[in-house]
Order: sequence, then C-alpha cells, then structure tokens
Amino acid sequence: MGIDFLIAAIITVVGLSTPILLAGLGELVVEKSGVLNLGVEGMMLVGAISGFAVTVYTFNPWFGVLGAAAGGALASLIFAVLVLQLNSNQVATGLALTIFGTGISSLMGLSFTGRIVMPFASVFPDALAKHEYLRLIFGHSPLVYFALIMVPLTTWFLKSTRAGLILRAVGENDLSAHSIGYSVIKVRYAAIAFGGAMAGIGGCYFSMVITPMWAEKMTAGRGWIALALVVFAGWRTGRLLTGAYFFGILMALELYAKASGFSFLPSQFWAAMPYAMTVVALSFISSRGTAGANAPACLGKPFLPST
Amino acid sequence: MTMISRRTLFKGAGAATLATLASPALAEDKVKVGFIFLGPIGDYGWTWAHNKGREAIDAELGDKVETIYVENVAEDASAIPVLRDLAQQGCKLIFTTSYGYMDQTVQVAGEFPDVKFEHCTGFKRADNVSTYNSKFHEGRAVLGTIAGKMSTSGVMGYLGSYKVPEVVLGVNAFALAAQKQNPAAVVKLVLIDSWFDPPKEAAATETLINLGCDIVTTHTDSPGPLQILEQKGLHGFGQGADMSAFAPNAHLTAIEDIWGPYYVERTKALLDGTWASSDTWDGMKEGTVMIAPYSKDVPADVIALADGVQAGYKDGSYDIFTGPIYDQDGNLKVKDGEVMALGDLAVIDWFVKGVESAS
Repeated sequence: MGIDFLIAAIITVVGLSTPILLAGLGELVVEKSGVLNLGVEGMMLVGAISGFAVTVYTFNPWFGVLGAAAGGALASLIFAVLVLQLNSNQVATGLALTIFGTGISSLMGLSFTGRIVMPFASVFPDALAKHEYLRLIFGHSPLVYFALIMVPLTTWFLKSTRAGLILRAVGENDLSAHSIGYSVIKVRYAAIAFGGAMAGIGGCYFSMVITPMWAEKMTAGRGWIALALVVFAGWRTGRLLTGAYFFGILMALELYAKASGFSFLPSQFWAAMPYAMTVVALSFISSRGTAGANAPACLGKPFLPST
Repeated sequence: MTMISRRTLFKGAGAATLATLASPALAEDKVKVGFIFLGPIGDYGWTWAHNKGREAIDAELGDKVETIYVENVAEDASAIPVLRDLAQQGCKLIFTTSYGYMDQTVQVAGEFPDVKFEHCTGFKRADNVSTYNSKFHEGRAVLGTIAGKMSTSGVMGYLGSYKVPEVVLGVNAFALAAQKQNPAAVVKLVLIDSWFDPPKEAAATETLINLGCDIVTTHTDSPGPLQILEQKGLHGFGQGADMSAFAPNAHLTAIEDIWGPYYVERTKALLDGTWASSDTWDGMKEGTVMIAPYSKDVPADVIALADGVQAGYKDGSYDIFTGPIYDQDGNLKVKDGEVMALGDLAVIDWFVKGVESAS
C-alpha cells in the first residue's frame, strides 16, 4: 500500500465530499437568515440537469456551472415566494420543493438521457494535474477549489461584513431587525437564492464532474445529508467543512472495507447511516435544548410584523 | 399506446386517481395490455429494456392490441391501486416487471380472476398468474470469459446491488468463466445496497480500480461506472442495455435484456385463448439474453472464445455451473461433471472460490 494508493483514495473522498459541502454552505447561509429550506435535494437535481443541459448546448462547462447556479436559484425562488410572501409553512414547502425539483428535473431531462458531455477538466496544466504526487493538490475539478474557497469566504461574509451582520440579525430576531429599518424579506430572498445557487452547483458536480451524464434522481439523497450536516456543524462553516469530509471518508471507508473483504459491520448498517444521521439532526433542530443553542433563533418561523 | 406518467410533478400523490384522470378515452375494440415499471423508461437499463419489449407488442400486434404503462411504481403497497386501476381500465393481460411486485400481483389477481397477470423474476403463481425470468448469468459467463482473458492484473471488480440470487448468480458465473481463462483470477465484489446511486457507483468503481482491478463489471443500473473506467482508460461492460454511448472506449460489450419475443408470444396466446399459467426461465437459446456488439478493443481470439460460450449456450453444450465448483472457503459444492439444477440456481446464496467479498 503505497503513496499512490493513498492519493487515489483521497481523490475519491474529495469527490464524495465536495457536492455536500457546496450544498451545505448554501443551506447554512439560508438558515442563518432564519429560513429552513428542506428543498436542497430538489434544488440539487434542478442544478444537475440545468448545468448539464447548458453544457450540452454551449460546449462550455463554465457556462454549465452558471446555468446550474441559475437553475438552483430559480427553483429556490419558488420556495421563497411561498414562504416569504404567503407565509406558508417552511417545512412543508421545503418538502414540496424537493418533490417538485425531482419531478421538474426528470421532465427537463427527458431529451438529455443517454447523452454525455466532456468531464469538467482540471484548470491546471497536465504536468501538475496528472503528476504522480502533485495531483493530490492540482488534480481536482475547479469546483473542488471553488467549494474550498467558499468556506473562508462565507465565514468572512457572516462574521466580518455589514451585510453578514444584517443577515444574522434577521435570523436571530427578525422583528428587531425590521424595527430598525432592515428589510427582512429582501435579506431572506437573497439568502434563499444564494442557497439555491450553491445547491445547484453542488448538483452539477454529479452531472458534470463525477459522472458526466444526466440520470433521474442522480443525486441519490445527498441533499438530505447536506441538510443534516448543517445542523451537526452547529451552523459553523469550519465544522461544516470537517463534517463534509468526515462523511466522504466514512463512505469511502465503507467501500474500501467491502472491496477488501472486511465485514466488521453489516452493510445494511452503513446503508442506514445517512438516514439515521438525518433523523438525529432533525431532532436536534426541534429540541432546541443546549444542543440547538447555536441555531438561529428565528429558524423556521414565519416573519409576521405587527403592522 | 397510451402513456400514463406519474413521474412528472406529482410523484407520490394519489396514484390511482391520477392515473384515471390522465388516461384519455381508449379505443374500445382493441384488447388492452398493461405494464407497471419500477423505474423511468429512460433509465437506459432495466425499465428501458422492458419498455422495448412493450414496444415490440405495439409493433407486431398494434392493430389488435393497445398497451398501457405506468412508470416509477414503488415496490410496496402503492402498486396495488395502480394494478387495480389497470384492471378496471379493461386490461386483459398485465405484466408486473420487478421482483418486489410479487405479493401485490397475486393479491390483485385474486380480485380480478378474468385478468391474466405475468410477474417477472418471482416464484408465486396462480391460475391467472404466470412468472417469467431471464438467465442473465449466461451473459455474465460471456463477460467473465472476456474479462479473464483481457485482464492483465488477474484482479477484476464486480459492482453489485444486493445479495439476491440474481446478483449472486451473476458474480459466480462471471468468476467461474474468468477462472477458465486464468485459473488465478480473483473477483473483488462490492455491494452498494442500491440499484441506482450514480455517485456511489462511481466511488465504488474508483475504489475497485485503486485496489488493483483493471476490469470492472457492474450489476447496478447506471452507466456511471463505465464513465469512471473511460476516464481512467480501463474497460468494463454495459448492464441491461448497450451503454457504449456513455463510454465509447471503456465499453467492451454489454448484456442486453430482450423481452419483446416473450411479450408478443404471451399476448398472442391471450388473443388465441390459449394463455395458461406457466413458469418461463429463458436465456440465450431463446434470445432473451443477448450480447451487444464487441468493441474494437476486444481482440479476435477473445471474440472467438466469447462467441464459443454463446454458441455453447445456444446448442446446450455449455453450462458455466458445471462441477467441480468450490465455495469461498474451498468446500466442494458441485461434484465434478455435475450441473447445478435450475431450482438450486434460483435460491443460490454462496459465492464461488476466488470471489473476495465482505459477506
């Protein structure tokens, strides 16, 4: 078991972690603004087909990523109108968005089944990207670096910018933010659209990087894992990064264990893990005890100013 | 042909109601034949192949028969109202095309004694319920022959879904055929607990490659693994349908499921009034299992060997499950010269020697 082996394994982990990290970062910002959007899976699927379709027509994966972001954001805006303008229940509307996203992506994808695009290649020259060892650093898809850069950027935005402060204020106490003149609705629209765009980019990682094709429901539940991860990370970006890679490592370990013939835990256990984690995370949200202390105070509540 | 799609926008909503609403008035003089499908017809695999079979009925008997299908039907109680609805719409013959519809098919068949049912890959029959299956493992023997000859490392990967007889048969047929070409051949097996999860299939393929496999065959439904093999410059096989469009260089050949002839034959029997409950398990001989065209990367001597296996299955001179066969622990399971009976194959739950698996 040499260094090559380790590098190849790490590259697999990066592939498993990146889409969850992208979608998780988006959802973290949405939740920081006080909105719980359970439609991540649906937005990822819309992003996956939008990115793929745009790449098929333009032959340019960069336009594809923009298309994926636009697709995810558009899908999220449907949710935004319902929960912000009409004050519909956020949990129910988010679930509806997932169902809608699954359906509409299948519909959009009808004429794209069975087609392929060129995989989203590395931005670095082959001397670096294909180098025996340096590929560990330079051999990834541009979206991997984008995701990693977005982690400190999001932290900086939330902690050190005025806009980030307003966004957090809206999420912690929407009525106070409203009373000193901030537009709660506008801030939340922006946050939801950002979350949709990030979920869309996360989705197109599947359809343009890992397996450059379109298949119905190809995200296979990763959106739910991203959602659970935001809660586990305690709404902190650094922990979200750790969590996403932890998940990637866990999943890769399962595959390596199986392929090497180890059976220390039944495979059904591994298969149930992501769902079990989601259940635990959702109970954290609803309990709001000490574990949920970090949660934005207005998370999931409709904004109802008295005037 | 009438299309009823539950897929779009309304997934999970009241299936029976929707199906009724969505179906326009049908021509009353034609006999109706119904289908329920597990996946979308565009999955380029299992459901896609069954839908090709349905289209064969349209093509051959379209003047007398009208076909109706419902896609994305879950393998749970929600299949029951869908089946009832098809029967109430006047379907005289209904094909239920996945193992998980077994009990639902038998139950609804009891409620509609005048309607004939055909259940795919199951074992429960009744006066108006037939079962049918396909010997996919004959195709796996051809793939194993090619892999055993073409693999330079002697280590091959097998990506599967669940430990069910169909998959176990596939793994064993593949491994035994590979060992006939290379007695030291090892097959590493990963079961991913899903029929369809492209990112996990892709990661599992990368894992198998990293563990030394230079050919990976798949028993899950997406072309994802082939795309990984394409990116790495390695080889693999298509599953259920010709997947060469997804990976022109990696795709050596594929097992194709051909259901059309059986569907046409059973529909004709219905029209003639000769339909009777039966159990059919066809293979290469009957044309149910076919091997897609070989790619340019398969050398002539390997093609000759693979064609030999196909010819052997067609004339009955070849059976991969001929002893001696040892299990993973080295116990003799099938004596020299003996051939495993179909009944034993249908319930097989052990892997042959040379298969490395976690369970």
